[in-house]
Amino acid sequence: MGELKVVNLGLESFAENLRAKGAAAVQVRWKPPAGGDTAMIAALDRLAAGAAVDVEAANLEAVSRILKGKPTLVDVGVALEVIPGMTKTTILHAGPPITWERMCGPVRGAVIGGLIYEGLARNREEAEALAASGRIRFDPCHHHGAVGPMAGVVTASMPVWVLENAAFGNRAYATFNEGLGKVLRYGAFSEEVLARLKWIETDLAPIMKRALALHGPLDMKNIIAQILQMGDEGHNRNRAGTSLIIREFAPFLVRLGEDPEKIVKVLNFMNGNDHFFLNLSMPACKCTVDAARGIEGSSVIIAMARNGTDFGIQVSGLGDRWFTGPASMVEGLYLPGYGPKDAAPDLGDSVITETAGIGGFAMAAAPAIVQFVGGTPEDALAVTRRMYEITVTENDVYRIPALDFRGTPTGIDLRKVVETGILPAINTGIAHKDAGVGQVGAGLVKPPENCFKDALAAFAEAYAR
Amino acid sequence: MKKAIIRKDSYFDSVFLMALSKKLKEQPGVGDAVVAMGTAMNLELLGFQGYAAAELAGATPNDLIMAVDCADAPAVEAALAAAAELLARKKTGASASGSAFEPASLDAAVEELPGANLAVISLPGAYAAREARKALERGLHVMLFSDNVSLEDEIALKELGRSKGLLVMGPDCGTALINGYPICFANVVKRGPIGVVAASGTGLQEVTCLVDRYGSGVSQGIGTGGRDLKNERVGGITMLMGIAALAGDPATKVLVVISKPPAAEVAAKVLSALGDSGKPSVVHFIGLDPAKAGALPHNVRFASSLEDSAAQAVALAKGKPLSRAELGGDEAALAAIAEREAGRMSKAQKYLRGYYTGGTVADEALILLHRLTGKVHSNNQTDPAFILKDPKVSVGHTIVDLGDDVFTVGRPHPMIDPSTRTERVLAEAGDGSVAVLLVDVVLGYGSHEDPAGALVPSLLEARRAAEARGGYLPVVASVIGTPGDYQGFSGQVAKLEAAGCMVMPSNYRAVVLAAKILEKAAAK
Repeated sequence: MGELKVVNLGLESFAENLRAKGAAAVQVRWKPPAGGDTAMIAALDRLAAGAAVDVEAANLEAVSRILKGKPTLVDVGVALEVIPGMTKTTILHAGPPITWERMCGPVRGAVIGGLIYEGLARNREEAEALAASGRIRFDPCHHHGAVGPMAGVVTASMPVWVLENAAFGNRAYATFNEGLGKVLRYGAFSEEVLARLKWIETDLAPIMKRALALHGPLDMKNIIAQILQMGDEGHNRNRAGTSLIIREFAPFLVRLGEDPEKIVKVLNFMNGNDHFFLNLSMPACKCTVDAARGIEGSSVIIAMARNGTDFGIQVSGLGDRWFTGPASMVEGLYLPGYGPKDAAPDLGDSVITETAGIGGFAMAAAPAIVQFVGGTPEDALAVTRRMYEITVTENDVYRIPALDFRGTPTGIDLRKVVETGILPAINTGIAHKDAGVGQVGAGLVKPPENCFKDALAAFAEAYAR
Repeated sequence: MKKAIIRKDSYFDSVFLMALSKKLKEQPGVGDAVVAMGTAMNLELLGFQGYAAAELAGATPNDLIMAVDCADAPAVEAALAAAAELLARKKTGASASGSAFEPASLDAAVEELPGANLAVISLPGAYAAREARKALERGLHVMLFSDNVSLEDEIALKELGRSKGLLVMGPDCGTALINGYPICFANVVKRGPIGVVAASGTGLQEVTCLVDRYGSGVSQGIGTGGRDLKNERVGGITMLMGIAALAGDPATKVLVVISKPPAAEVAAKVLSALGDSGKPSVVHFIGLDPAKAGALPHNVRFASSLEDSAAQAVALAKGKPLSRAELGGDEAALAAIAEREAGRMSKAQKYLRGYYTGGTVADEALILLHRLTGKVHSNNQTDPAFILKDPKVSVGHTIVDLGDDVFTVGRPHPMIDPSTRTERVLAEAGDGSVAVLLVDVVLGYGSHEDPAGALVPSLLEARRAAEARGGYLPVVASVIGTPGDYQGFSGQVAKLEAAGCMVMPSNYRAVVLAAKILEKAAAK
């Protein structure tokens, strides 16, 4: 044996004594596997004893596709024209599938707003009646290559960013971020909200489409790599990303020859909304992770999403099946005047960022928002370091300066989540529980444990010998 | 009463301010509090909450607003001062928890410590085997301190380890010395040419400490766990791998094997493996009469005690036998001490009481005394006639192993928590038939910081009680330890001697002296 290097599980004094004598010893903060859940331990052991498919190899294939991904902003389009399967009476929403009856306040509000925006209803009452009538098809964004923050409502006329994974050719879509406060994604549907949506449709989107055409395809992988070195994690902090987008677009906006006031409004809108970039980081992550879907035997999680009622996950080797649990309340900090009693449960597709290995997984890159995770930069480092324990690999492009440029933890392995009991660290905003009030805070949310356990049971059923 | 003040050009991150507002609201006397930057949205919200527009006028997103709602003006001022204080509070560099990052899984630990080669596992038995398997799969040797690991798991782990060339020390392995580092319950022993493989923890401690005392040192001390040789199905896998490893280790010149008598088939394999090693080897099967052992390979010899094992090994390593002085005196010297002690005892004093914390040294005492004086009761007895009916009550000659499971339910092992033994000594201090006390004191990592100091008051009390009865109670002790141990070997010996104990250089010698005292007392 070479130099003695000890991993100690159990009595800490054994590690301390070895360190006192100058040997290298690491203490494991051990707890019973799967929280001591014997059925889960049995499922893990069955998989470890030998699966019908080589799970390790399948997972390596999954993460190699994620790492090879090259998310690129290629166009701005209209949902009906570019999103596969979109119809005039389809409303896409965040999270796993849900019926109108079970939708939470903010999602209902956004649906109402979407129906009025589309001209399918004139007011709240008509919209509610239509939504309940069965004539509107509700479907998850995720089923259409799309992702939406918070309520995630996408309707036929809405302009969307079109991203393409240049390595694999698959596309992803997201609407334009509307800003903070009273906005559709938080369930607001007042005149002001609808007017802004209309302005996005008639002014912002066409202008950005033309500017992007002049600019040419924008390499989002490059941008995300940069923002992680500028204090963003791409989910709860998007200030650097938004700034970079303005820098990328500014010369091309000027060159459009538009009415300068229109361009000023566009620039002010982007500048006034730190989360403008979120609706680009999300589809960038979506088209990256989607390339790893449907790999037989892979236990890599390829979607996590919330609809405000349910939290759901999808696993690469288990097809399009959702495993759901009740959406949790967010542990967070509140905007002035609000508190936990005002909050809606966890909501939105933005957790696609964590699924791709940024967001909460890159918390160590965003020291400015460490208050969400305990208050010190050390706590933020610990959040990211903890995520290495449930992921398959590290990103080769997305790197974190504070961790000596270590790559972000990438490719959540369902087995490791259940085994360690370490749940994915998810940064998120907090919506007001009532439709239309808007964002009331932000924080960290713990996904429900049972969806991971249910998925593991199904995975063992499918693959254990 | 509401009041808002503006601090110009003071930018703070909104998340920091949300946390600060929360803290401020928790202060006594504060009804509501908002500390926020003067963004349009925040100004609007503060306006809704009834803060005066005049107070908020002119605030920009670069200005800090501190707004509080309290019962009266003094409370408002106090709250604003508290807010200022919270803003000024300097953050320390250390994390809130103060501790270094600890990985939560074996996998993460291996990533944290590239090249990790040994997993030390002291988890509850139900989980220990699982983690041990993972460690083996990741290429780590395993020291399995845990007990309550099933025989099936032990066999499976050891077979997996063997297929990968990895040692599984244990289950129930308390001691090892790897590359000179003491692992779990082990002593700081000099490095040297003697390699030991032992199926018992305190046996390995006693032998390695004596090797150190005799001026030699230990290359590796490998533990196997008690079932390795005793159970035919395990078949001594770890012992045989340990012997093979030491045979191939250029730093190891002499091999020592310590175990209770193994299953016959296993014993033959062990002796044959030692023969194949070609290195001079010493075997001690505790309690096995060497005369009955049959033929030995030419390079293998039996030892008669733990002390003898160390002495023979050091003699082989040095190329010359140890002197009497090195061994700590001879039989005649012991007889003289026994004569002196016995002379002070009363006629009613007949029986020996051995209160042990170390299992193997208890066994050594039990077997040796049973041979010398006969009729020794113990919870470790193999002769059913002499198994203690109640391990918590001594009868006649008794050697009690206080590390037995019956004593460690809900309390630590007596090597860690000396109260198990001191309570027993005190409980039996009133027994006038007791002639001599025999104790072990085990030093080293894992053990209590001052085992002698903890034991002495109870011994003094027992001696006082005997004297009050018109007798005299000799106490014979041995200390397992080295000058390198953190408890301080000489200080521990001095504490025992100051209490009137006769401290022998080995457990073997302590037992022999105790037997001689009994003999002399009986002859009175």
